[in-house]
Amino acid sequence: MVSRRALAFWGIVFVVLLALPQAAIALNQAFYVDLVRRAMILAIAAASLNLILGYGGLVSFGHAAYLGLGGYAVGILAFHGITLGWVQWPVAIAASALVAAAIGAISIRTSGVYFIMITLAFTQMLYYLAVSLDMYGGDDGLRLRTPSGFSGLVDLGNGLAFYYLVLGVLLLSLFTIHRIVHSRFGLVLRAAKSNDARTRAIGFSPYPYRLAAFVIAGAICGLAGALYANHTRYISPDFMSWVQSGDLMFMVILGGMGSTAGPLLGAFALILIEEVLKGWTDHWQVILGPLLVVSVIFFKRGLAGLLDKPDA
Amino acid sequence: MTVSLVLEQLLNGVQLGVMLFLLAAGLTLVLGIMNMVNLAHGSLYMVGAYLAIAATQWSGSYALGVLGGLAGTLLVGMLMEVVALRTLYDRDHLDQVLATFGLILFFNEATAMIWGRTALFSSLPSWLQGSVQLLPGWHYPVYRAAVIAVGLAVGVLLWYVVTRTRLGMLIRAGASNRTMVSALGVNIRLLYTVVFGFGAALAGLAGLMAGPIYTVQPGMGELILIQVFVVIVIGGIGSIRGAFVGALIVGTVDTLGRAFLKPLLALFLSRPAAETAGPALASMLVYLLMAVVLALRPAGLFSARNA
Repeated sequence: MVSRRALAFWGIVFVVLLALPQAAIALNQAFYVDLVRRAMILAIAAASLNLILGYGGLVSFGHAAYLGLGGYAVGILAFHGITLGWVQWPVAIAASALVAAAIGAISIRTSGVYFIMITLAFTQMLYYLAVSLDMYGGDDGLRLRTPSGFSGLVDLGNGLAFYYLVLGVLLLSLFTIHRIVHSRFGLVLRAAKSNDARTRAIGFSPYPYRLAAFVIAGAICGLAGALYANHTRYISPDFMSWVQSGDLMFMVILGGMGSTAGPLLGAFALILIEEVLKGWTDHWQVILGPLLVVSVIFFKRGLAGLLDKPDA
Repeated sequence: MTVSLVLEQLLNGVQLGVMLFLLAAGLTLVLGIMNMVNLAHGSLYMVGAYLAIAATQWSGSYALGVLGGLAGTLLVGMLMEVVALRTLYDRDHLDQVLATFGLILFFNEATAMIWGRTALFSSLPSWLQGSVQLLPGWHYPVYRAAVIAVGLAVGVLLWYVVTRTRLGMLIRAGASNRTMVSALGVNIRLLYTVVFGFGAALAGLAGLMAGPIYTVQPGMGELILIQVFVVIVIGGIGSIRGAFVGALIVGTVDTLGRAFLKPLLALFLSRPAAETAGPALASMLVYLLMAVVLALRPAGLFSARNA
C-alpha cells in the first residue's frame, strides 16, 4: 500500500528533523532550529488547510483566522494570568473549532468564487476585531511573557524541548489527517470534491461532511496557532492577515494538493525561498510575487508530485 | 447628534459607496464574463492613485494628472491581462487566486521601491478645495461632492453602455453564456481585453479619487478590495446593478456604523463597554451584513447567473 519510495521519504524526513537541532548546534547555527520550528508549525497549519482544500475541494482563503484564534486564545488567557498549557491549548482548539463551525455553516452553503470571497471576508472581520481590541494591544499585538506551562513535563522556554514537541505534534497531525482522509468519512469528502451530484445520487449529502472537515481543519490550525504564539512569543492581528491566509494556501499548492507530504514540503519550500530572497534584498517580495505566478502557471502538481512515479 | 451631522455622514457613506462601486463594477464584470477572480484588482486602484500623483507633480496640472492616472492604469491593466491573466482563464479559481496573490506582492513591493513606504498626499486644485453650500446653512466639502457626482455619472454611463450599446449586449451575453457568444463568431479574446482594460480604468479612477481623501501607500488596494468582495457577494456576481446597490449599502452601513455605533451603544451600555464594543462592532458590521444576506439569498441580491 505504502510505496517504497514514500516509505524512504518519510524515513529521511523523520531522521533529518530529529537530528537537525543537534547538527545545527554543533555547527553553531542555532538560528536554523528556530527557522525549522517555524516551518514545522506552519506545516501543521498548511496540513489542516490541505484537509479541506486538497481533499475537500473547499478553497478557503481565510484559514489564517484559526492561526490567529489559537494564538489569541493563548495570549489572552496568559494576559489574565492563566499560563497553564493544559487549559490554554484545549481552549485554543475549542475556540477555533467553534468559530470554524459558525463560519463554515454559512460559507459552505455557497460554492466557487462566493466561498473564496466569504471565507476571506470573515477572516478579515476577525482581523479587524483583533485590531479593535485595545485591551489586548489592538494593532500592536500582545506579548506572551511566559510560555504555556505543562506542569514541568515539557518546558517551552527550552528551545530544544519545544522543537521536539512541535515535531511530535506535526507528525501526529499529519498522521491524524492521513487517517481521516482514508476513512469512510474521508472517502465521502473526496467523493464530494470529485463529483458533487453523484455523491448526492448515491445517498450522501456533502454538507455535513464538508462542515465536519472544516471544523476539524479549524481545530488543528488552532493548535498550530497556540504553538505559533509560543514560538513568536508575540501575538498580533497579522497572525490572521489575508497575506498569511495566502501564504498557507501557497504552501499547500506548492507542496502538492491532496497528498500527506505536500503541506510539509510546501511550508519548508516557501520559508526556504523567503529566507534566501531576504538574504539578497529587502525588496524580496518583488521577486517572490512573479515566482509564485510562474509556479502556479507551470508547476501544476507541486513538489509532492515528484515523489510518485509519473506512470504509476 | 444633529440632523446635519447625520446628513453629512450619510453623504460620506454614499461617497465611499460610489468609490466601492467603481471598483466592484470592473471586478464583477471580469468575474461574470471571464469567470476570473482577480485579486490584483486592488493593485490597479493603488496604481491609479500613484500614477495620478506622479503625473500631477510632473506636469503641474491636476487635469493632466487625472488623465495620466486613467491612461496609465488602463495600460497597466491591459498589460497585466495579456502577460499573466490570459493564461489563467481556463484554470480553476484556486490557481487564479494564487497567481493574482503573487501579482499583489509584486505590485505592492514595486510601488514601495519606486515611491517608498511612507504615505503620500495628493494636492487638489483650488476649485476643488473648500466646501459648498448644499442646503441653506449646511456645507459639505466640494471634493467629496465631486466624487459622488463623478461616481454617479460613471454609473449612468455604465448603465447606458451595458444596456443600450452593442458592446454592452456582448458583455451581457458573455456573462450569461460565454461559449455561446464565441460560437456566434464574436472575438472573445478581444472582448476580454477590452472589458479588462475598462475595469482597470475604473479601478484607477477610484484610486486617483481616493488619493486626497485616504492615505496613498503600498497595500492600500487590499484594504478596500476585501470590502469590494463584500459588495459583490451582497450584490451578486456579474451584475452591475447588484454592484451599485451593494456598494451603496456597504458604503453607508460602514460609514454610519463607524460614526454612530459608539454613541448609540452608549445609550444602552456603560460608557467603557460602549467604548470597546462600538469600534469592534462597527468594523465587523459589513461582514455581519454579508452573512445575513448570504443566509437569506446565497447567490446575492441580483445574481446575473441564476436570477
